[in-house]
Amino acid sequence: MVKKMSGLFIPILSVVLGLLAGAIIMLVSGYNPVDAYIALFFGVFGDSYFLGEAIRTVTPYILAGLAVAFAFRTGLFNIGVEGQLLVGWLAAVWVGITFELPMLIHLPLAILVGGLAGALWAFIPGLLKAKFRVHEVIVSIMLNYTALHVTNYIISYVLTDKLDKTNNIFETATLRSPFLSGLTDGSRLHWGIIVAMICAIIMWFILEKTTTGFELKAVGFNQHASEYAGMNVNRNIIMSMVISGAFAGFAGAMEGLGTFGYASIKGGFTGIGFDGIAVALLGGNTAIGVVLAAFLFGGLKAGALNIPVETPIPNEIVDIVIALIIFFVASSYFIRWILNRINKKGVK
Amino acid sequence: MDFYQVLQIIIPSMIGLAAPLIFTALGGVFSERTGVVNIGLEGLMVIGAFTGIVFNLTFADVFGSATPWLAVLVAMVAGIIFSLLHAVASITFRADQTVSGVAINLLAVGLTLFLVKKLYGKGQTDMVTENFDRVDIKFLSDIPFIGKIFFSNGYYISYIAIVLAVVVWYIIFKTPFGLRIRAVGEHPMAADTMGVNVAKIRYAGVLLSGAFAGIGGAVHAMTVSNEFSHSTINGQGFMAIAAMIFGKWHPLGAMGAALFFGLAQSLSIVGASLPFFKDIPGVYLLIAPYVLTIIALTGFIGRADAPKASGLPYIKGKR
Repeated sequence: MVKKMSGLFIPILSVVLGLLAGAIIMLVSGYNPVDAYIALFFGVFGDSYFLGEAIRTVTPYILAGLAVAFAFRTGLFNIGVEGQLLVGWLAAVWVGITFELPMLIHLPLAILVGGLAGALWAFIPGLLKAKFRVHEVIVSIMLNYTALHVTNYIISYVLTDKLDKTNNIFETATLRSPFLSGLTDGSRLHWGIIVAMICAIIMWFILEKTTTGFELKAVGFNQHASEYAGMNVNRNIIMSMVISGAFAGFAGAMEGLGTFGYASIKGGFTGIGFDGIAVALLGGNTAIGVVLAAFLFGGLKAGALNIPVETPIPNEIVDIVIALIIFFVASSYFIRWILNRINKKGVK
Repeated sequence: MDFYQVLQIIIPSMIGLAAPLIFTALGGVFSERTGVVNIGLEGLMVIGAFTGIVFNLTFADVFGSATPWLAVLVAMVAGIIFSLLHAVASITFRADQTVSGVAINLLAVGLTLFLVKKLYGKGQTDMVTENFDRVDIKFLSDIPFIGKIFFSNGYYISYIAIVLAVVVWYIIFKTPFGLRIRAVGEHPMAADTMGVNVAKIRYAGVLLSGAFAGIGGAVHAMTVSNEFSHSTINGQGFMAIAAMIFGKWHPLGAMGAALFFGLAQSLSIVGASLPFFKDIPGVYLLIAPYVLTIIALTGFIGRADAPKASGLPYIKGKR
């Protein structure tokens, strides 16, 4: 009973605890947490513009969350989503500004190339893990910074002449839509959310309905057992990273083709990749869970921007809340332990 | 400009940039040697940088030229307190150590920016007025040739970092405490059987890493940026992790790697104005530490293996 409940109970409890802890921090700092949370709520649901921006924020969160979750299911920790996202972003924009094609070909091509770039970037840690048993976490962290510096270099020295952003992509490669924008009072909402939803379904399908997915999960549960059962563990490790990287690349493509329409030099990371870890963790590494968690975190992030508008409270309070939620989910052993104690007492 | 003069510019800059990495990488060695992966070093450096700068700005009038030194000590304490979160989560609550480290990083950035806005009403602090002074080390800087390169125009704190690497090497490899640290990191069950308190040693390792990363962050903030904003610590913690791995989890190796990364950083900053180096695109120097770490891990420069039990929570009685 406890086990069945805890799948849903622990994430919800963690969110509640995270919000409570955030409230305590605000109280201690002399702010009114109720004002902050009301402003947060209105920042998401207050009017159609806010709602559109919130859904736009959710889009890359879903994809980044899927990327982390997919690798997790094979027992791999893809902390390199951030880097894969950056190369995917750049590759998609490169297709968007270089070729002139009809939209029916151009847009899918740009998205796919973005995914491919992410997949290639994730292939490196996958290959090194499979061939040399190098830990994928360290390699992908190093590749994050490599991606940051290399994409910056390509933007300013290869695609442009020492400018800090590329040209805008052609209309035929854009995910933006005047229809969606008009519907939401001029927000930057774009068709990416549909792409993200399709990817969630693809992930669910691969993992639950195909032999490949079964093998990937088996490797995640027990490498040795999978090997004795005749599965190629190394191939599955590489494949898992590549598919995970493709999701991350799509996330970058959504930013490049939808939200911004160009690629620009970055002083630091977007943070989407790291928040993707939070999304996957809260969503229990399932497709549906990731979508729900992405809506929560994306909503929090988008709504946070309204907090300093209506109150004196800095919007970073939401980053604190998100970090605390991760802590609580990660420490679920503790929560389970308390639950078990309470349950045992109930039995007596 | 001849080569000797070039060295006089590059080497002090290298040592200065490497010092924060050395401190933090030594912290990483402590934590990982006890078997706890600490991805949160970046966040701990952020906490150290924030605490150091805020202390410096607040008490510069009171303590005068001693301020930066006291600020480093306060930052060390802040690092210890913050690392306690990682210790409790990953040792007592058996949380995934990498996830807990990621949470530390997110929390540190969120919390410090929140506090900066609360304290100063803007996204970054003012510049500090009491800095570490660049000095020529007495006697040593008079040594012909090398004195001018290695012992002039540097910070005392940088040399302390280098000496500390030797001290940490002594602690880990020559003292009973160090033996316990290594035992717990390689085979916690064996250590437990011999009466070593695994949890206690691991707590010590993580808290020491918090102390060192706190110092590293404060030193970086007060020698390189002189203020605190969202970009003050921008990957230095991860670079310190890279140095630790590149140095094969050995204190002296980590120091050597940190110095090398410091050289790459200093070349990417001052290289553009120097002969020999201005023809190399900066991007190669920027990515060198990361690419080299990957190559090192792959085993082309000798095999680098992590302590056996690193990343695994120790559960008594479980085989």
